[in-house]
Amino acid sequence: MNLPLSAQLINLMAALLLLIAFAMLSQRRILSLIYLFAWQGAVLSANTLIVAWSTGQPHLYYSALITLALKVIVLPWLLHRLIVRLDIERDVETMINIPITMLIGIALVIFAFNLALPIAQWAQTITRSTLGIAIASVLLSFLMMITRRKAVPQVIGFLAMENGLFFAATSTTYGMPMVVELGIALDVLVGTFIFGIFFFQIRETFDSLDISNLEKLKED
Amino acid sequence: MPWFDFIPLNIVIGIILLWIALGVAGLIAPSNLQYVTRALLPLGAAAGVALAATAFAAMTQDAAVCVLPLGLPDLPFHLRIDALSAFFLALLGLASAGVSLFYAGYLRAGEDNSPGLTCLQYHLFLASMAAIFVADDGYLFMVAWESMALSSYFLVTSNHRDATTRSAGFLYLLIAHVGAIGILLCFGVLQAGSGDYTFATMRAVEPASAGWMTVAYLLALFGFGAKAGLLPLHAWLPEAHPAAPSPVSALMSGVMLKTAIYGLLRVTFDLLNTQIWWWGVLTLALGLVTALFGVLFAAVQTDMKRLLAYSSIENIGIVLIGIGLAITFRAFDMHALAALALVAALYHCLNHAFFKCLLFLVTGSVLHATNERSLGRLGGLIHSMPVVAWLALIGTLAIAGLPPLNGFVSEWLLLQAFLLTPGLPNSYLNMLVPVAAAALALTFALSGYVMVKFYGVIFLGQPREEKLKAAHDAGGFERLGLLWLAVGCVLLGVLPVPIILQLGTVTSQLLGASIGDSVVASGWLFITPIAPERASYSPLIFLVVIAAVVLLVFLLVRAVYHGRVRRGAAWDCGFPLQTSRMQDTAEGFGQPIKRIFEMFFRIERHEPTPFDSAPYYKSRTEDRLWYWLYLPVARLAERLSGWVGVLQRGRIHIYLIYSFATLILLLAFAR
Amino acid sequence: MIEAVLSQLFQTLLAVLLAPLMLGWINNCRAWLQNKSAPGLMQPYRTLRKLFHKDAVLAHNASSLFRVAPYLIFGCMVLAASIVPAIETNLPFAYAADAIALVGVFALARVFMALAAMDIGTAFGSLGARREMLVAFLAEPALLMVLFTPALISQSTSLNTMVATLGQREFALYPSLAYAAVAFVMVLLAENARIPIDNPATHLELTMIHEAMILEYSARHLALMEWAAAMKLMIYCTVGIALFAPWGIAAAGDWQLLPAATIALVAKLLLAGGGLAVLETVSAKMRIFRAPEFLGMAFLLGVLGMLTHFLLER
Repeated sequence: MNLPLSAQLINLMAALLLLIAFAMLSQRRILSLIYLFAWQGAVLSANTLIVAWSTGQPHLYYSALITLALKVIVLPWLLHRLIVRLDIERDVETMINIPITMLIGIALVIFAFNLALPIAQWAQTITRSTLGIAIASVLLSFLMMITRRKAVPQVIGFLAMENGLFFAATSTTYGMPMVVELGIALDVLVGTFIFGIFFFQIRETFDSLDISNLEKLKED
Repeated sequence: MPWFDFIPLNIVIGIILLWIALGVAGLIAPSNLQYVTRALLPLGAAAGVALAATAFAAMTQDAAVCVLPLGLPDLPFHLRIDALSAFFLALLGLASAGVSLFYAGYLRAGEDNSPGLTCLQYHLFLASMAAIFVADDGYLFMVAWESMALSSYFLVTSNHRDATTRSAGFLYLLIAHVGAIGILLCFGVLQAGSGDYTFATMRAVEPASAGWMTVAYLLALFGFGAKAGLLPLHAWLPEAHPAAPSPVSALMSGVMLKTAIYGLLRVTFDLLNTQIWWWGVLTLALGLVTALFGVLFAAVQTDMKRLLAYSSIENIGIVLIGIGLAITFRAFDMHALAALALVAALYHCLNHAFFKCLLFLVTGSVLHATNERSLGRLGGLIHSMPVVAWLALIGTLAIAGLPPLNGFVSEWLLLQAFLLTPGLPNSYLNMLVPVAAAALALTFALSGYVMVKFYGVIFLGQPREEKLKAAHDAGGFERLGLLWLAVGCVLLGVLPVPIILQLGTVTSQLLGASIGDSVVASGWLFITPIAPERASYSPLIFLVVIAAVVLLVFLLVRAVYHGRVRRGAAWDCGFPLQTSRMQDTAEGFGQPIKRIFEMFFRIERHEPTPFDSAPYYKSRTEDRLWYWLYLPVARLAERLSGWVGVLQRGRIHIYLIYSFATLILLLAFAR
Repeated sequence: MIEAVLSQLFQTLLAVLLAPLMLGWINNCRAWLQNKSAPGLMQPYRTLRKLFHKDAVLAHNASSLFRVAPYLIFGCMVLAASIVPAIETNLPFAYAADAIALVGVFALARVFMALAAMDIGTAFGSLGARREMLVAFLAEPALLMVLFTPALISQSTSLNTMVATLGQREFALYPSLAYAAVAFVMVLLAENARIPIDNPATHLELTMIHEAMILEYSARHLALMEWAAAMKLMIYCTVGIALFAPWGIAAAGDWQLLPAATIALVAKLLLAGGGLAVLETVSAKMRIFRAPEFLGMAFLLGVLGMLTHFLLER
């Protein structure tokens, strides 16, 4: 292993990201999901900071700051307030089958790693080997959305997926143009607001946040 | 003597003939128990030892061939002994010696079969297995294969008055023949149109294309897999092994399953000149699934022989994992690693023969002493049967893969083969290797669980039935047989290097590479499959250190303190009433596995409600594949035969019309 | 050659004699964290001495397996202590047993403990044996996976070579080792009967695993079992330190560095013990059927570690 220190740190951040994605897959409590999401945001901004420092690209500093503000502070606070008002703070969700989910997760990780190998060969960034991990965390968050029955964890899965995409962008192309990043950040923020409003509506209509109730809306 | 050279091949033929003669000799006085058990069976055991010695000598020599004037007019019997055959002959000889000795003490008068008849079937079984190993053409191979299947069928249905035994035997024979069809077709593909069914021709000729080679391999996997108990053709194993008498089960599990492994190795590495990598991956995957299936089902069994039968399925899976790995490495030209994987697989075959025979023979002793097969009615037998119990402990520790016994050596070699790979060219395969190693480690851990259950419920604890206190220990011949196999387990575990060197001749023949040089790089004391800094293990030092520490601590404690012992009632947290019903049952011990792996079993459960007037608990754990695969196939077969049965009208006129129509058709078309 | 034997002897004796002290330190830290008065660092030694003096009381139906098991288990732990390079990487015994054999030694000890537990035939013994094998059948492959990651990095399963590669080459961060470290801590908690898998201080039947298995032992047998359990914890901590924090371990033949290496080891063990006490205090014991999920997570993290090695470090 003779990579420079920055590359090793980035690999470490990538590993932590994947670890958090797996941990979210097996969490039952909604509160711990929000904390894990906050940690994921912190890892993401730390990673962006390291890339910024080692490649000397100033716009990545701003990107890291936005990530920190949005994903570590604002969004978790919003989500926390939401679940407090929905009164599901202490909820524990029954999971379908954790070992099977984990095994599918491992299969997805192998698939993502193999997918990323040829792409990693012609990218020019120092972070190209982490593309596989980024794809893997996107797929894992998608899996998390599929295996959940309540609404709030599904939303957190969606946000985690966006985290993974952001990481993928940082690892192959040193981030996106500033305009795009601001736009995405705004979208995510607005999206969360809208989710919050919808959750209240769903709860009003069905008296529970179980997504399977939405099936009753289809016409028979 | 001028007409008889004492070359190994001739000696082996002589021993086969001796076994057949011993079998026929049993018919002279079929109901004379003394004659059969004191004269014929020990002679058979001695023949087995002689066979093993000859085979060891033959492994280091070149291959020898011979043609006997028996068989078909244009296809006489060809025989050949080479390193691969010699290894399996040695396995047969050693294992059968122990089993024959045990059988001498086990056979009783008053069973359904007369002793002489049993002697005939038993020795024919041994002779046909030996003939399989030296067969060098398709015809002799199939003749020997069929006689092995038939003689073992008769042995399995020894207690033919019992209906479950009869149906178990039927299922066994059925699947054996389904497999035989696969093997026949495989030979047909291998001879590639040359018309000559000798193995020498099959070696020289290549099937037309890679597609045909794949067909040959898949047919061999199907055919030999049916005999080995590979998923999904395993259903006969858990039925036939418990139904047969214990020494027969021991031989079937220990040696007969290995004939299938021999056949697969012969076809894959010897008769087919090249191997394709995905065959190896398929075999590895099948082996993994079989191993996990076997051990999971073994954990929930309540019959001690069924538990051992499922454990055999697991071990065959492990052997196939090794073979699959060897094929994959060979296909990518990594010969040294292929040799390592093959050595691990072959060593595991040898180990399994020893410890599985030992454990089945132990169940035989327990069955004779207590007349119980169900784990729910045994317990505490270490007090009344100490010799059997301690020898069984050696077998249990060996099969659980614990150092310094033999199970650990093959486990260790297999894990090394998985780990020390510099990397396969295919990146998907590279990443699947850790996952496969993980599944293998899980299988090993689960087999420890199963064996603790087996030993603990049978021999430890309190007796669950009153009559168990009157159980008697095993007799002289039985002890000899058990001791022979137990000593084999210990020796194979503590002195593995000479065996690995001998196995090097087999891998040299099949793969063109051997790990012999690197294995002895640090001397005979250490196994170093690749290099001493990379991996090294010395079971003898292991054993000596533990024994020395035990002795030292014992003496120190006695010297510094004291060695006083008092006896009292068991503490049990102060609970005053303890009965034997309060200990764990076999179902209880397997319950965590049943709960965690619930989706793999088909469980029928009945739990009482508070409103039942006669409440009862019932739980039945079954094999899903029986309902998914076997029953639908059986129903299909029944339906097809129903349609064909329409032809059978029962009236002579109709049959005459059939013959008349056939005659007219032939006359019209064969002008 | 002589110095190799001497350093081997020194390391083994260190592990054997200091194991109860480590246990005492952890108990003390736990007491301090929970605002109780500590029993004193030397308490385990005093307990052992008390037990050795007593008469052994055996149940009427205890067999010879029951009497032999404590000595065997102690012997296995001594062998395990002698193959883990805690201070120096030049251990002659390490050539007799590598990482896989280390797992095998632990398995051997565990099987004997379970069999001895089933020997008397009480409900507790067989319950403890069943639960122990349940925890073991997932913890053992998880431990193997954790050990495979450094094995893949150093291309060897010999513990000497692993520690030498990881500790004496240039400092580098291996993310796969991060996964392996998390998995290792989880396996350590499970295998040594700590919270959240088992409560070492409990005497309630429903919450025991390890305690249930040694319930029928007394006097010198119990002393040997307790000592073996303390040694197992010490060996696990030492393995973790050797693989994941190997700085300070002397290279082979460098015996002038031995005192410094010993001090480094003691400091790391103190930290490890403190960390263990903190972990135990902030967690609650899990239901027994959550234990497979916990260990399954450890197992999967181990596999992930190996996969990450293939991706990021090849």
